[in-house]
Amino acid sequence: MNGEAAQLIATALAIGLGAIGPGIGIGIIGGKAVEALGRNPEAESAIRTTMILGIAFAEAVAIYALVIALIIKFV
Amino acid sequence: MPEISIKAEPIFHFLNFTITNSLLLSAVVFFTFFILAVLYSNESKKSQKNLYYYFVNFILKNIYQLFQAILKEKNEYFFPILGSFMIFILFQNWFGLLPGVGSILVTVNEGQEIHHIPLLRANNADLNATLSLGIISVLLVQIFGIKFLGFKDYIRKFINFSNPISFFTGLLEIISEFSKVISFSFRLFGNIFAGEVLLAIIAFLIPILASFPFLVLEIFVGLVQALVFSMLSAVFLSVAISKEH
Repeated sequence: MNGEAAQLIATALAIGLGAIGPGIGIGIIGGKAVEALGRNPEAESAIRTTMILGIAFAEAVAIYALVIALIIKFV
Repeated sequence: MPEISIKAEPIFHFLNFTITNSLLLSAVVFFTFFILAVLYSNESKKSQKNLYYYFVNFILKNIYQLFQAILKEKNEYFFPILGSFMIFILFQNWFGLLPGVGSILVTVNEGQEIHHIPLLRANNADLNATLSLGIISVLLVQIFGIKFLGFKDYIRKFINFSNPISFFTGLLEIISEFSKVISFSFRLFGNIFAGEVLLAIIAFLIPILASFPFLVLEIFVGLVQALVFSMLSAVFLSVAISKEH
């Protein structure tokens, strides 16, 4: 395996494995938000804001993996 | 494939000071921000206020209420810095999406080689900018912590010899302060840079119309990241200025 192929595989693995955790996390956050909405429909705006913030934090983990993948690819 | 550079590229040198393309757009945003703020401040002194004043007031009031839930009665004191964080980052993110940013190329001679590089680049797609924002935010948290609790009380969170457990949690607190800088800067940089790459790749694959939904997504992401940065700063501030139990 030459260096270039190793670089491509490393890029794909970095973002691919890094997307698993945040994917699960965002799923849980969305599911729980819908649950909360079902229990308390009046609190929709508060739930939505909290959910979007939570999703942004979970997504940030995937973004770290993406940054690593981009650094491997382009630097 | 479109050329993607992970760092901001230098355009010209001014008295040994390198002007990069992200610094150029950052200056544009800075002056826009400055002019809007001066206009607002002038308008607020008049007795007959115009529509612009009420529009800005409406936006500021909404941002104020966002921090109200976190900071409670301290909100009035911290709102200037947190609100400027929010609006400044929002402007930086959205100016990076304007047409012309990234698509207007200039020719630069570097030694023998000739490069074509974009004239403007979103400031938050440059790690230096987000790193400086992160350092400012975390340093301010330390400074306000010392100001509100006193030096002795604040430093006890980090260096504490009363028992072994609190000594080790103190060490962990020190590490977590540094990791806050890294997570602040990489979160903002990653989101904005990933958005730029996404838009460039989509426009390359399908030239017409396909990038429009992604552009809307990027507008949303820019807003959410500005919100996340300022909200997280607010949370860290409120933790730092509250007494330990």
